[in-house]
Amino acid sequence: MSGPVLSVENLQTAFRVGGQWRWAVEDLSFDVAPGETVAIVGESGSGKSVTALSVMRLVSAANGRIQGRIALEGRDLLALSEEEMRKVRGNDVAMIFQEPMTSLNPVLTVGFQIAEALRYHRGLDAGAAKAEALRMLDKVRIPSAKTRFDNYPHQLSGGMRQRVMIATALACKPKLLIADEPTTALDVTIQAQILELIKTLQDEERMSVLFITHDMGVVAEIADRVVVMWKGRKLEDAPAAQVFNTPIHGYTKALLAAVPKLGDMNGHARPLRFPRIDPDDGKVEGKPMEQPDTVQAAEPPLLEVAGLTTRFGIRGGLLGRLQGQVHAVEDVSFNLRRGETLALVGESGCGKSTTGRSILRLVEPSFGTVRFGGRDVTGLGKSELRDVRRDMQMIFQDPFASLNPRKSVGSALAEPILVHGLAKGTEAQDRVAELLRKVGLAPEMHVRFPHEFSGGQRQRIAIARALALSPKLVVADEAVSALDVSVKAQVLNLMLDLQAELGLAYLFISHDMAVVERVSHRVAVMYLGEIVEIGPREAVFSDPRHPYTRKLLTAVPVPDPSRRALRRELAVDELPSPIRKLGWQAQPTELVEVSPSHFIRQPTEAGRAGTA
Amino acid sequence: MSTSVHDAAPVAPPRLRWLKATIGAFNANKTSWAGLAIVLAVILAAVLAPIIAPHDPLEQNILSRLQPPYDDFYLGTDYFGRDILSRLLYGARISLVIGIASTVIAMVVGSLIGLLAGYYGGRFDIIVMQAMDILLAFPSLILGLILVAMLGPSMENITIAIALTSIPSFARIARAPTITVKERDYIGAGRALAFSDARIMAGHILPNIFPEILVMASLWLANAIRTEASLAFIGLGVKPPIATWGGMIREGFENILDSYWLVLAPSLAILVVVFALNVLGDGLRDAIDPKLKGER
Repeated sequence: MSGPVLSVENLQTAFRVGGQWRWAVEDLSFDVAPGETVAIVGESGSGKSVTALSVMRLVSAANGRIQGRIALEGRDLLALSEEEMRKVRGNDVAMIFQEPMTSLNPVLTVGFQIAEALRYHRGLDAGAAKAEALRMLDKVRIPSAKTRFDNYPHQLSGGMRQRVMIATALACKPKLLIADEPTTALDVTIQAQILELIKTLQDEERMSVLFITHDMGVVAEIADRVVVMWKGRKLEDAPAAQVFNTPIHGYTKALLAAVPKLGDMNGHARPLRFPRIDPDDGKVEGKPMEQPDTVQAAEPPLLEVAGLTTRFGIRGGLLGRLQGQVHAVEDVSFNLRRGETLALVGESGCGKSTTGRSILRLVEPSFGTVRFGGRDVTGLGKSELRDVRRDMQMIFQDPFASLNPRKSVGSALAEPILVHGLAKGTEAQDRVAELLRKVGLAPEMHVRFPHEFSGGQRQRIAIARALALSPKLVVADEAVSALDVSVKAQVLNLMLDLQAELGLAYLFISHDMAVVERVSHRVAVMYLGEIVEIGPREAVFSDPRHPYTRKLLTAVPVPDPSRRALRRELAVDELPSPIRKLGWQAQPTELVEVSPSHFIRQPTEAGRAGTA
Repeated sequence: MSTSVHDAAPVAPPRLRWLKATIGAFNANKTSWAGLAIVLAVILAAVLAPIIAPHDPLEQNILSRLQPPYDDFYLGTDYFGRDILSRLLYGARISLVIGIASTVIAMVVGSLIGLLAGYYGGRFDIIVMQAMDILLAFPSLILGLILVAMLGPSMENITIAIALTSIPSFARIARAPTITVKERDYIGAGRALAFSDARIMAGHILPNIFPEILVMASLWLANAIRTEASLAFIGLGVKPPIATWGGMIREGFENILDSYWLVLAPSLAILVVVFALNVLGDGLRDAIDPKLKGER
């Protein structure tokens, strides 16, 4: 083989922040060989995305500075003029981004955007560019490319948009493709498809890939070699198998230990804490122990949900008539006991969040009953609802949106205590301090504002606020999804500790199967607003019976390169839409018990007869 | 637990740090300081008018009518021999009082309407905002004219009329961010904590949209001062002989060919104040916006 396609030597990138230069990347060197996939892994702030931008020279000259040497096939990119660099971008190096909606121009058709790249970079005329663009859409396996050509970006799903981005990126046959978190915003089954597509195209085009990600599972799926970054520095640079099997640096070990792996929980009956590993020397601090048995099986259930249905009307036309309905939640029933964690899993749009919000009546359910502590919540008036809400609280996904930026943490935590008259004056202050301590923050931090905290700390504050009224049930809506791996593990440990200490019941809403396996007692899988499978965690994970559960489980990337899934077929399934015409009738289904307290949804006898 | 590096650092009182950051951002554009300085100087001059004015603004000196600027009358005299500088200083009081009062009224009422419409949405939102749109469709001068003509030209009525013309703009300005903010998770968390609607609106939404409203207010203050002058110019201002800038231009207009200073001084005064307020408003917006973006 010839020399490396990309060779980065002593890369230093700095940004000017408030008059001072801060190093985002320090002394980074690595190579990408022809046809090789190198993954740069790290948590937020590690400098991985800045590295990608530096290679493309997309760091603004006014506020950024790049030093060192970035050579593409021996040609130093940093020495090129801006004019020459523009030719390199797109022609020799192409890039795809995390958010495919914002990387495509919403007012131009996708076909036009691909053809434009072809005309600009390869000098094709309009006809030839269109033919080539159609060929590219076929190449990224977009079904019925001819009709898709004239679609606008909003008419495509997230996965399809990412395919279009890939087609645009590959239009000029680049030698190097830089993919910056290309699957992070996608659902797990779609992610699996896109990863497969990138691998296949790489083989077909003999192209090198620089893959930026925070997800160790994705790394294991795709990378030949792994560069681990931490705070702007390279910690490790080795073949994928070596990084996963014999990591050298303590941080890599900590990172790997914090990643929940599907199947880790075989043989464990109850949720398991994550091990704490010192990122400096890699020492394991205490072996993780199975949580004590917190489930109050003898008591009547805390929460009983029966036939919960939530639909949203879609209005349209001149008179704003009801034209259809989003069947967000359809006939959902389950029980939850004190001290128990029930996980609701599913992909975006499956209704798991709406289920959580309907139970708290943040969204008004259309039908069904929610009984909490024996009381029907759905029929309650405003003042009664107020009493019930003390006992059920919610934690949200985005730690940046879930705290009021203009309220200090102390006053945000004190407010519910004061409003409900639980304490006054210094007693309220003491309660705030106790809450902060409980979630592992220093009580002195109460004077600070949310923007002075990291994402993980903010999520702890959000948990503290939810605990302010000493609730019995906490609905955690993707509560750890936006957090970095190591922070995620800490917050999950905190949640497990609080459950053991306070006997909390969690409704744990998540799309992350591996996290769910780790923390839950029971699991409910949702698909198109319905629970398609529900049962004890071990039964659902070791013996999934519903085809959708199986599909979901095989799509999860496993952080172990040796178990890299053998080439799956290049599926192009889409998530179906829950929008229905008025008066739509579901095919009648029923829950069937397949093993003790393990149910799956099947069409009824009558329903099967009807379709047959 | 996760303690980061800056945890040990001493913490300044939060309000002070917020102020510091805002002044820092305001500082980025030096012209905003000029705007602020001019506005403060005009306010000071208006407040101190009885002390610093060289003459009584109503005193008529028939002997020194239509004098060009000279020693005793720094900006000359008008048709009745009244000192223009003194009238200008006293006129500033009328302009500022009407401008500020009408803007404050419009800000309070308009923001409340926008906040309620944005928060409750639905039919209430549609009806209220359509009414606002109808008001907005009138040019503010014409609307002010109709209102003053109906109510009669007194200082209170002019203030109310100008306030009514700018209420729709404040309603619009307050409604849009209310709709974005109410979708934030912390509002959902507040509802889960059983906070009342009033508490959520006053304690959680208003502080987040207030900076945008404040910027709007500084720009609309300029507009109100201009509208007041325009109304006075067409004869619907505060009754003479009380000095107002618009009234001075109107009175001086008849002699504009031979005594241009009659019109020039009040015109320049309006120009400078409106310009300064616009510059100040831009500076405020720059000071407040980037931080809002960072926090969202």
